[in-house]
Amino acid sequence: MIREKNALPLELQNIIGELDEKSRSVGLNPFTTIFELVDFKQLNEIAAFGGFPTRYPHWRWGMEYEKLSKSYTYGLSVIYEMVINNDPCYAYLLRANSLVAQKTVIAHVYGHSDFFKNNYWFCKSNRKMLNQMANHASVVRKLIDEVGQEEVENFIDICLSLENLIDIHSPFKSKPKKLTDEEKEQASKKHVTKIESKPYMDTYINPHDFLEKQKQKIIEQAEKMQSFPEEPTQDLLQFLGEYAPLTSWQRRVLAIIRDEAYYYAPQAQTKILNEGWATYWHSKMMTSIAPLDVSEIIDYCDQYAGVVANQPGHLNPYRLGVELLRHVEERWNRGKFGKEYMEIDDPKVRLEWGKDTGLGLKKLFEIRTLHNDITFIENFLDEDFCHKSKMFLYDFNPRTGKYVIANRDFSEVKRVILKQLTNIGNPIIKIVDGNFKNRGELLLHHYHDGDDLKYDYLLECLKSLYKLWTRPVHIETVVENAKRRVAFDGNTHSIEKI
Amino acid sequence: MAMEADLNRFHKIVRGRIKKELRKFVANGELIGRQGKKTIAIPIPRIDLPRFIYGQSKGSGIGEGAGELGDEVKPGQGAGEGGAGEQAGDHALEVDVTLEELAGILGDELELPNILEKGKKNLDNRNVKYSGILKQGPESLSHFRRTYREALKRSIAADEYDFDNPLVVPVKDDKRYRSFKFVYKPVANALIVYMMDVSGSMGDEQKEIVRLTAFWLDTWLSSQYKDLEKCYIIHDATAKEVTQDTFYRTKESGGTLISSAYKLANALIEERYPAGQWNIYLFHFSDGDNWSGNDTSECLSLLQNKLLPAANLFCYGQVESRYGSGQFLRDLLKHFGESNEKVSLAQIKDREAIVDGLKKFLGKGR
Repeated sequence: MIREKNALPLELQNIIGELDEKSRSVGLNPFTTIFELVDFKQLNEIAAFGGFPTRYPHWRWGMEYEKLSKSYTYGLSVIYEMVINNDPCYAYLLRANSLVAQKTVIAHVYGHSDFFKNNYWFCKSNRKMLNQMANHASVVRKLIDEVGQEEVENFIDICLSLENLIDIHSPFKSKPKKLTDEEKEQASKKHVTKIESKPYMDTYINPHDFLEKQKQKIIEQAEKMQSFPEEPTQDLLQFLGEYAPLTSWQRRVLAIIRDEAYYYAPQAQTKILNEGWATYWHSKMMTSIAPLDVSEIIDYCDQYAGVVANQPGHLNPYRLGVELLRHVEERWNRGKFGKEYMEIDDPKVRLEWGKDTGLGLKKLFEIRTLHNDITFIENFLDEDFCHKSKMFLYDFNPRTGKYVIANRDFSEVKRVILKQLTNIGNPIIKIVDGNFKNRGELLLHHYHDGDDLKYDYLLECLKSLYKLWTRPVHIETVVENAKRRVAFDGNTHSIEKI
Repeated sequence: MAMEADLNRFHKIVRGRIKKELRKFVANGELIGRQGKKTIAIPIPRIDLPRFIYGQSKGSGIGEGAGELGDEVKPGQGAGEGGAGEQAGDHALEVDVTLEELAGILGDELELPNILEKGKKNLDNRNVKYSGILKQGPESLSHFRRTYREALKRSIAADEYDFDNPLVVPVKDDKRYRSFKFVYKPVANALIVYMMDVSGSMGDEQKEIVRLTAFWLDTWLSSQYKDLEKCYIIHDATAKEVTQDTFYRTKESGGTLISSAYKLANALIEERYPAGQWNIYLFHFSDGDNWSGNDTSECLSLLQNKLLPAANLFCYGQVESRYGSGQFLRDLLKHFGESNEKVSLAQIKDREAIVDGLKKFLGKGR
């Protein structure tokens, strides 16, 4: 039904066909991409659902929808493109857009689609998420019928307030190997098995030092076995799902929230690079590979200027991404890499450096395959780029109540960007002890790196955690430059020095 | 539709009908956001579920662009264009609207009726509003940017544009002119008289509530009348007329004689604003702790005989001070009843109650 209503006009179908073909001809390798034509109401709805046509019932989609439709009504922002990481890839075109805008969006979408398919950080993501989301929705609906809306929604609220406590790298980590029974036994005996030998050879075959070291290792192992979890773990949602005293429906809901959080993580990890890549290709497509008609070019430029606009005090990921990619392309095209180049101190010599290496495009494809935002910035944001794009660090001046440019130092600027990107902007919090004080209490540790946690939120989150764990919960963090352990025991919060 | 159910649920939570425990996370609180020159930012209500996140990061960040160290930047201006397939940021969204639009929104949200005017209704007040673009027009209204854009388009399309010598000469067809239309507005004059009790019991929070309420009244009535005159009266045991600034800032102390304010208001109206030509609105805010019963009866008779016949509307908002709220609201209610069409009474307990107060004040369409 919907497919019929949203069927594409022939004109658009032809454009899609052409751009698909052209994208592949320049080396992009996108998923099969399905476009649907929707009106702004539908688009806002889909966007509010995080890109999907259906999600589990929850008020926050309503909130998102309200925000989007109000910003649309007041002319604040328009969603140009909406594309989801799925195989086949789904993308939505706004019916009201001009033909130039549609072409641009289609080209842009092919950039994303290629990125989803080929970027390493997406390789563990679920490519049948469209179905999975629908499954999640129907599971939650069923649970609502069984347990009641209020109950389920309240539980979802709790999970959502812990949603960011995942380990974004865990899909790439190999599972820690389980100890065999033999090893366990050995560890518990705290005894090192010697290699059989004649007594006079013993000191050579089983040297004393080595035996001591082995013993130390075994003792450590044994201690680790007794601690729970064995290693501090960042995947709080999984830990709670496994060990918190939940009912079976709660466990399912928690697993759903966790699953969806992991699905979105790579997109947050590659925002700059992904947008930069798509913008790089759409601009190339529109201006040289499948060039627009001369009568369209000004409208296109107008629109492009909007996409990469520089808002003072606001880092635009489209802009940063595409500019940095172009910077890299230029460097590798002109041989501006390697030991010889890197050792030049004089910026003027660096600027004029030129060898006809022509490796730019190859390098860009390598970046699209291997990098995420952090590694991209870390490896390629150099001093020349920082000066060229006039980046600065601003600070709030409490005396004047104004934000002022505080610093243009390259390493400082880079440090701050990297810090903002670390753990996709979330604080790093791990579970250290699930049996704290030997009373089954939960102890978290916040790895403090300069910024405190929002304190009132922290208190509320401890409450949420308590609801799941049902035993007192603690977190070690820093509050106003002093190490503190904050706890919630079901009735009151407490804070103590550590 | 699935979204409608979610949207409904969200609205119910925001309005505090269900899940009251979430209400405290509603990031709305105040009605007024930043106030710019001509526009005002109003926040769209959001429920911010608490998470482990960084607190105030001392307000620093990264930007791009020219400027010396120490130059001012304005971070985080609204949302950008685009917005790809990922989830939106968490910070509260603010919408910039003009005061005119704001009044419209207010009217819609509170379902306020438009005001029926009294006084002259002649439509001879003609205003020019530039509203569109035409291909013909007088040279004085030529729109340079649009004209240039058309000329640029044409010269590129015709392959006449020379990148080394970017000369663009508009021809007749490229020309664009502003067009205007006449807007007729009824000439009806309105006077608002704000009266506030500044006796010792009115604290800063009470004044803030009065200020917020007065702002919204102003916005609404300005949208309904072309000219709006405002008078400010403060009173404790005596009343005086003051400027707007003083009105909100004065900290007086002493007793409360409400009648003093009503007398002054009456004098003002008789002297300067004849009732036949002005739509008069009287707003009075107090904590309701009048000095004596005698004074209260004097107030009632003043209202009954002098003020009400002259005014479109008399509104009394009672705020709650540290000492609780007084008797005056009940006295008024007893005398005028719930349904007097010229009298609106509201108890404004805290900031949250302002909206309900406004609705009561302005809901009569007078």
